[in-house]
Amino acid sequence: MASATHSIPRSAGSVPEPVLSIRDLTVEFDTEDGVVRAVTGVGYDLHPGEVLGVVGESGCGKSVSMLSVLGLIPMPPGRIVSGEAVFRGEDLLKLPESRLRRIRGGPMAMIFQDPLTSLNPVLTIGDQISEAIDVHHPGSSDAATRKRAVELLRLVGVPSAEQRYTQYPHELSGGMRQRAMIAMAIANDPTVLVADEPTTALDVTIQAQIIEVLKAAQRETHAAIVLITHDLGLIAELADRVVVMYAGRVVEIGDVFSIFDSPRHPYTAGLLRSLARLDADVDRLEPIAGQPPSLIAPPPGCAFHPRCALSQSRAACRTDVPELRALGSEGGHRSACHFAEELTAAAQPVRGSS
Amino acid sequence: MSESRSSAASPADSGSPDVALAYESGVEVKARSQWAYVRMRFLRHRLAVASLIVLVLIGLVGVFAPQLAPYGYDEQNLDILIQGPTLEGWHLFGTDHLGRDYLSRVIFGIRTSLWVAIFVALLSTAIGTTVGALAGYYGGHVDNVLMRLTDLILTLPGLAVLLTASVYLGSGEPLKIGLILACLFWTAIARIVRGLFLSLREREFVEAARAAGASDLRIIVRHMLPNCLGPIIVNTTLVVAAAILVEAALSFLGFGIQPPSAALGKLVADGQAEGFELWWLVTFPGLVIVLIALCVNFVGDGLRDAFDPTQRRVRA
Repeated sequence: MASATHSIPRSAGSVPEPVLSIRDLTVEFDTEDGVVRAVTGVGYDLHPGEVLGVVGESGCGKSVSMLSVLGLIPMPPGRIVSGEAVFRGEDLLKLPESRLRRIRGGPMAMIFQDPLTSLNPVLTIGDQISEAIDVHHPGSSDAATRKRAVELLRLVGVPSAEQRYTQYPHELSGGMRQRAMIAMAIANDPTVLVADEPTTALDVTIQAQIIEVLKAAQRETHAAIVLITHDLGLIAELADRVVVMYAGRVVEIGDVFSIFDSPRHPYTAGLLRSLARLDADVDRLEPIAGQPPSLIAPPPGCAFHPRCALSQSRAACRTDVPELRALGSEGGHRSACHFAEELTAAAQPVRGSS
Repeated sequence: MSESRSSAASPADSGSPDVALAYESGVEVKARSQWAYVRMRFLRHRLAVASLIVLVLIGLVGVFAPQLAPYGYDEQNLDILIQGPTLEGWHLFGTDHLGRDYLSRVIFGIRTSLWVAIFVALLSTAIGTTVGALAGYYGGHVDNVLMRLTDLILTLPGLAVLLTASVYLGSGEPLKIGLILACLFWTAIARIVRGLFLSLREREFVEAARAAGASDLRIIVRHMLPNCLGPIIVNTTLVVAAAILVEAALSFLGFGIQPPSAALGKLVADGQAEGFELWWLVTFPGLVIVLIALCVNFVGDGLRDAFDPTQRRVRA
């Protein structure tokens, strides 16, 4: 994955005011087996126009953290225990549903993973895009809405948009459907675009096209994108900064270069080592040993210590939950490992990528 | 997708996006509205189309009963009491013991019965869909209260309630009979719609609509209800058939439409009282009831297939 040219420069020295600032977010779900703490003390900033990649295994809380910010987790069984998510000076977690509804799909829009199940099978593509516009501009005329919807379809690279407008989701290919989903998401010029595994349900050739569409969408709207994915290739392709999550916590934050070149958390390093690569001749990929922990009864101390090669059964790993701490040098690179410094540049797992 | 195929198949204009796209999706790029699709699929369903034609004819007979009927529905001709079907004087369905022309009575009976049945079907569908949608969408306490209410009505002995209600509200008027029937008939639709909503609620497109800022009302009306149209329509048609039968039962017991007004069920009941010798008194109104019920069900079936946009196979 060569680093692509980005419309917005990857985070430089000056730190602008974040558009979305999540602080100490903790979300729990009541289940029959006990309380699942899906997200614990998660916090990160999203800067204007940047692409923030959120990476982690399935069930590590990547999606839940964004869904709860948008008020989309079912409550009950879900519960937001603490935290705040400041967007345009307002804490989204404390907004009443009616206010939140005006933000969803407007200034904060979402792209879902599976475009087939996320589109209503009995409404045409055009109806659904028009509706996305209509919800936030109730006054606009049908003709104007339709014109804008067709424009959006063209923008996301749907050929013969006028005809596609009148077709149903099942008449379109997977890539076309995902383009339509993106068109819906950018219909109201969002400032924040949440893309939840936008390419996971698509085959590889289409994935590349959708990445281009996402880039085009960003150029058009200048939106900041939260890219939730477990695909490190996608992160390398698109993201400016990366948040690595494990067991409901943020374990490492940094710009995409520092994360890929010198990961400072053993989990991140493990993820990168387990990646299939074209530029290295390896017989076997190196998986991360063990299983992701149960979120009902997570291991004490650092949740990663049972699988961690660096821990070497040291007491601190088993007793103290590591704080996310700054690592001095590279702009804003932070890691939640007691022994982050031991992952030195010399022991780098990956070279030559990104 | 199949870039090579498209260019191989039409090298002349392989650059055109339309051509490439037609191959990509595997369907012809031709714009049709939803209603065009529904009409197209419905028209391919021959039995449904035939049934619809029959139903429309029966409906027209009902609407134009005063013009079509050779005699008045309560017009007596004491010269020809208990006459079997005959061409003489156009008593095609015969006459009863009061010398009333049965063809005319059946024609007026169609008018009354269809009116009541359609009224009941529409009203009970409206009530049932609203209750079911609210219960299924909101769940929790709303669901509990509404479904216990539904259970309550389901457990009531229907006939006893009907008889009691018709005594207190006064019977004989089609409108009142219709209201009473609708109040009992909505439960089935409510349960069906609730079940559909419970599963639809978990679907991702509902979450996507919520993420796009749609309100509850919009999600219910615009995203979830259209996905339930098929079952609702089928059930509505079933109610039309059932309402005709229950109204007949009520009339049979003497609590339905009062004589001398004609209703199909009442005609069957009257004829049944006359015994087997006067077979035409039961047969003709009975056949019309069966014909209406069958046609309504076939039409419902055809509509269900037509409304399902994922339906490819169309039964002939």
